[in-house]
Amino acid sequence: MTVHFSVLIVVVPLLSSFLVFAFGLFQRRVCFPATVAALAACLVFSAGSFRTVLTTGRPVHYHLGGWAPPWGIEYVVDYLNGLVLTAIAIVSLLAAIYARTLVAREIPAAKHPPFYALFLLQVTGLFGMTVTGDMFNLYVLLEIASFSAYALIGMGEGAAPFAAFRYMIFGTLGACSYLLGVGYLYISTGSLNMADLRQILVPIYFSQALMVGLAFLLLGIAVKMAFFPVHLWLPDSYTLAPSCVSVLLAPLFTKVGAYVMIRVLFTVFDPSFSITLLPVTTVIGWVAVAGILFSSIMALAQGDLKRMLCYLIVTEGGYIGVGIGAGNRPGLTGSIFHLLNDMFMMGLLFMAVGAIQAHFRTRTISGLTGLHRSMPVTAAALVVGGLSVIGVPPLCGFFSKWYLILGAIEARQWFFAGALLLGSLLNAVLFFRIFERCYFEAPHDPAHRKREAGVKADRMAMGELIPMALMAVLVILLGLFSGYIVQHAIAHAIPPGV
Amino acid sequence: MMEFIFGTFNYGIYVVLILIGFYGMMAKNNLMKKLIGMNIFQWSIILFYISIGSKKGGTVPVVDPSLHPAIRAVDYINPLPHVLMLTAIVVGVATTGIALALLILIYRTYGTLEEDEILEVLKK
Repeated sequence: MTVHFSVLIVVVPLLSSFLVFAFGLFQRRVCFPATVAALAACLVFSAGSFRTVLTTGRPVHYHLGGWAPPWGIEYVVDYLNGLVLTAIAIVSLLAAIYARTLVAREIPAAKHPPFYALFLLQVTGLFGMTVTGDMFNLYVLLEIASFSAYALIGMGEGAAPFAAFRYMIFGTLGACSYLLGVGYLYISTGSLNMADLRQILVPIYFSQALMVGLAFLLLGIAVKMAFFPVHLWLPDSYTLAPSCVSVLLAPLFTKVGAYVMIRVLFTVFDPSFSITLLPVTTVIGWVAVAGILFSSIMALAQGDLKRMLCYLIVTEGGYIGVGIGAGNRPGLTGSIFHLLNDMFMMGLLFMAVGAIQAHFRTRTISGLTGLHRSMPVTAAALVVGGLSVIGVPPLCGFFSKWYLILGAIEARQWFFAGALLLGSLLNAVLFFRIFERCYFEAPHDPAHRKREAGVKADRMAMGELIPMALMAVLVILLGLFSGYIVQHAIAHAIPPGV
Repeated sequence: MMEFIFGTFNYGIYVVLILIGFYGMMAKNNLMKKLIGMNIFQWSIILFYISIGSKKGGTVPVVDPSLHPAIRAVDYINPLPHVLMLTAIVVGVATTGIALALLILIYRTYGTLEEDEILEVLKK
């Protein structure tokens, strides 16, 4: 049974998304428990296959349909994607439980079965992108994830369909660019398997077709992970998406994109190629520096809490890019660790904002006055998430930034280190402004008092509080056990040759 | 020069189509035209893939061992890119489907598909 875990991670949510849709048409109540059951099963599968990797110390290979690798599609779980898979499983399970009351609030009842079906399809795509060892299979699963994202965002308020359409134009551009890159690699090598490509590519580095292919691949991934100059689709679409959708999409999608970038740069291509022969990583690092500064300043300028968080996602992508740019062990440790931490930090922050929007009836920073009295748990969650994004020990955000800065210093890239510090400083300004609003400012506006009085009647459901509290605990635990995680998992996850 | 153009005309056509598609996606004001541009963009890549699978004098890649005791790969076209493109066509159709559904939603809300008019409404 454990042999099939790596493929079940994708098969179970895929099949249950169709079943949820079909049975949901007759009995709407089965949708939520079925979704949670499927995601819980995924957590068992991903944790189980990661455990196999940890105990044996070797990657798990699964050949789909029994076809041997260069011809058939291969699913691989190693240290790197085992970590990412487990993180996706935890965050998506908590997001699904959290979303329940918000779904009832934001989505019309007749749309519940398609909503849960799309939710599962989204998770299928994310799991598949992470677990696959085949370049073309990755494209297909990337598109599955993207389609469900377009449809889910289109369910949102006001201009959401328009934002979703713009996202779709950008997203298709990215996916097509990735597909074109795979085509160039296929022309040069005749293979689509990642491990096989790595072997074949070594003698033909510097062939022009290969360089063009890599450029297309990176452009496509950059669009999907909202890397700085091509992040334009992200703020609108994630802000206008329903809260129950953004709590799933915002923490996971861009981070899985970042994982694919690390995979392509350091596993499909040899690290010596990406770092020294053709300084791809250094270019990514410099672009990331510009991205961190730009998006931090943009985040400062936002009055809308959710929109501000959307710009922060772009900043976090920049941090990961800086670690890749450093191109050494501490830098990459920081990138991988930050990728994991960010899923939990952003998950927590978006849960808090979703709860604030639903019960406090506001999303502006100026409207947060007195939040700690009406919603103490949410305010505390906001503080934990915010401090972690700033990088305050012992929360997880501190440790990943620590490794990132170590990496930048070791690579003697002072601008990278400077951008990391300046970005953290700007984040501190950002969040302390919010904390001040939540905790210290006396409410003086009569309209505001009225809203605050209304909140007390509208209590938060346990289904919202518990996942949020668990997520906050996970953010703290990730920080406390960071040494253990880095030593036992991430140290092995760094591709050989870095 | 002429030899280069005729020898690589399949790539030339794909480059021209992809640029037309890109122009449509970026420069057109009407959302439906943007969608058409997006489709041209996707199909140009599909043409690119299909053209790299074919060979001069190659035949259908169905092997009959009784007729051909020794299989020579040069005699058959490469079926793999074509199979990949079957999947890519499905992806393209799905994209178009979702895009049309979104366009219907947009049209119902704003009564227009012109991007500048929608942005005008959104500013208010």
